[in-house]
Amino acid sequence: MNGIEQHLPALQVVVPMLSAAVVMLLKPRGLAWAASTAASLCAFAIAVTMTLATLEGETLSYLMGNWPAPYGIELRVDAFSALMLLVVTGASSITLLAGYQSIARDIETERQPLFYTAWLLVLAGLCGILVAADAFNIFVFMEISSLASYVLVAGGSDRRALPAVFKYLIMGTIGATFYLIGVGLIYLMTGTLNLADMEFRIHDVADQKPILVAAGFITVGLALKAAVFPLHVWLPNAYTYAPNMVTVFLAACATKVSIYILLRFDFFVFQPNLVGHDFQFAYFLMPLSLLAILVASGVAMFEPNLKRLLAWSSVAQIGYITLGASMVSVPGITAALLHIFNHALAKGALFLAVACLGMSVARMRIDSIGGIAQKMPWTMGAFVLAGLSLIGVPGTAGFISKWYLISAAFRSDSLGWMLVAVIVISSLMAVVYIWRVVEAAYFQAPNPDSSAIEAPLPLLLATWSAVLLNFYFGLMPALPLELATSAAQMLQGQMP
Amino acid sequence: MELFGLYHYWVFAVLLMIGFYAVVAKLNLIKKLLGLSLFQAAVFLLYITMGKVEGGTAPIFQAGVVDQLYSNPLPQVLILTAIVVGISTTALGLGIVIRIKEEYGTIEEQKIQEIDQL
Repeated sequence: MNGIEQHLPALQVVVPMLSAAVVMLLKPRGLAWAASTAASLCAFAIAVTMTLATLEGETLSYLMGNWPAPYGIELRVDAFSALMLLVVTGASSITLLAGYQSIARDIETERQPLFYTAWLLVLAGLCGILVAADAFNIFVFMEISSLASYVLVAGGSDRRALPAVFKYLIMGTIGATFYLIGVGLIYLMTGTLNLADMEFRIHDVADQKPILVAAGFITVGLALKAAVFPLHVWLPNAYTYAPNMVTVFLAACATKVSIYILLRFDFFVFQPNLVGHDFQFAYFLMPLSLLAILVASGVAMFEPNLKRLLAWSSVAQIGYITLGASMVSVPGITAALLHIFNHALAKGALFLAVACLGMSVARMRIDSIGGIAQKMPWTMGAFVLAGLSLIGVPGTAGFISKWYLISAAFRSDSLGWMLVAVIVISSLMAVVYIWRVVEAAYFQAPNPDSSAIEAPLPLLLATWSAVLLNFYFGLMPALPLELATSAAQMLQGQMP
Repeated sequence: MELFGLYHYWVFAVLLMIGFYAVVAKLNLIKKLLGLSLFQAAVFLLYITMGKVEGGTAPIFQAGVVDQLYSNPLPQVLILTAIVVGISTTALGLGIVIRIKEEYGTIEEQKIQEIDQL
């Protein structure tokens, strides 16, 4: 590649980050929204271009300032990062396209440019994590995206968001600092921060204690950021009280990017070198994943608040992703990566439908949306179809990843049957909690004083396109499947 | 004696745990943030310590100086960035505490929970 194309990995971060600074200055109404949407779409286009390159088996490597790696800073885009970049930039673009009215409703007019600035910084940070090839840059981008996302979550008018975001800040910072300690210890032992170089050099010192300690710190720190059960306590309230559009964006991608780092670090750096690390990783993560799936789905079944219900469901879905990863096999990791993609589609569509509801309904309690389907048929239709994808009904995206997860579980070992049972039971639990919403919306008497009207057209269009994407990727899963498979092979190919 | 020779690392571990204890155990939000800052400062110390090479001097190249042992400059550069991150986190945290005080009239975690449950 030549010309501007070779700079794409850097532009992926630079475009949203520089636009963030510009957007802050755009005071006139709507201009900040237009500019940030344009920047986000631009980032999406860059991600698509790089995905096409990685589909041909290419790995894009970019040397900042042309300093050779491992001394200079390297950016690297392979199938795994391309898949995640598609999810992140796609979620941001579709949410921004849809979100003008919803954000205008939640955020005061004069603070909107700042809100969009924070949004673009989250986007830049997340993209930065995904293109970075060295451990310390990942930390810096992680903190950029986290700090900006605290601002987004606290941006709404609901005061309960403030204690929620304070908890998120404390736990997020502890997670990031744990990660930093781990990286420091590895640097102490190997003298390198570049992940590829680290994998190579860690081999000589792999049996020493600091490396083991580092592996522990990094795994726990990132699990905290990724809201792996039982480190998820910051998540439900932060998602519930955030402005609706922020919930869509963060639920679709923020925790998954932390899972990305976790998998990349564990499978790239530790597993090929540390003796028995794959067992430790599996025995650490698998019970937690199963608990996450069962406990969080159970809580969601009895949760009266619609947004918190979906947030608990997210904790359960993170459990599916880590369950796939904890099988430490190519099919398992493929299923995990597919589920990252498909869950972003399903949960994004569900939260978009919630944002549609939020245009007319102030309180997101299930008993206050009784009979709303008569007033908002399109919104609730989208909710039902996206719910089917979350449950994993055949023909939807959610089915594809659960299918792969179940077939990976069958292939794993004697425990396979138990894993399959857990997946099936939790899918039934998902039927229950989605049904509770459907029952309230369709079969309860409508509130006569309710002035609910159908959501504005852009929001509905975006919601429905997200829903249709669920069906598209349910029927034609070739693109995410190919990326997930080659990413899983790459992660596993490093193993001896 | 060797144990004492590593006292920088002991200071790191002790500071880290003091900070962590404050974050977990204190209910006052400001005290929590103080703990968080201490927690982060301990990690800065870890990085700075590892950059020191025994007998090494400041890593500045000069004409005529050869065979000089230098300290590793990279951890210090890294930690400059981490300090900036730490300051931003503390500043944002304090900003949120001010907003909580405005909205709830208290910065005690339990009282905030009681108010929310009403």
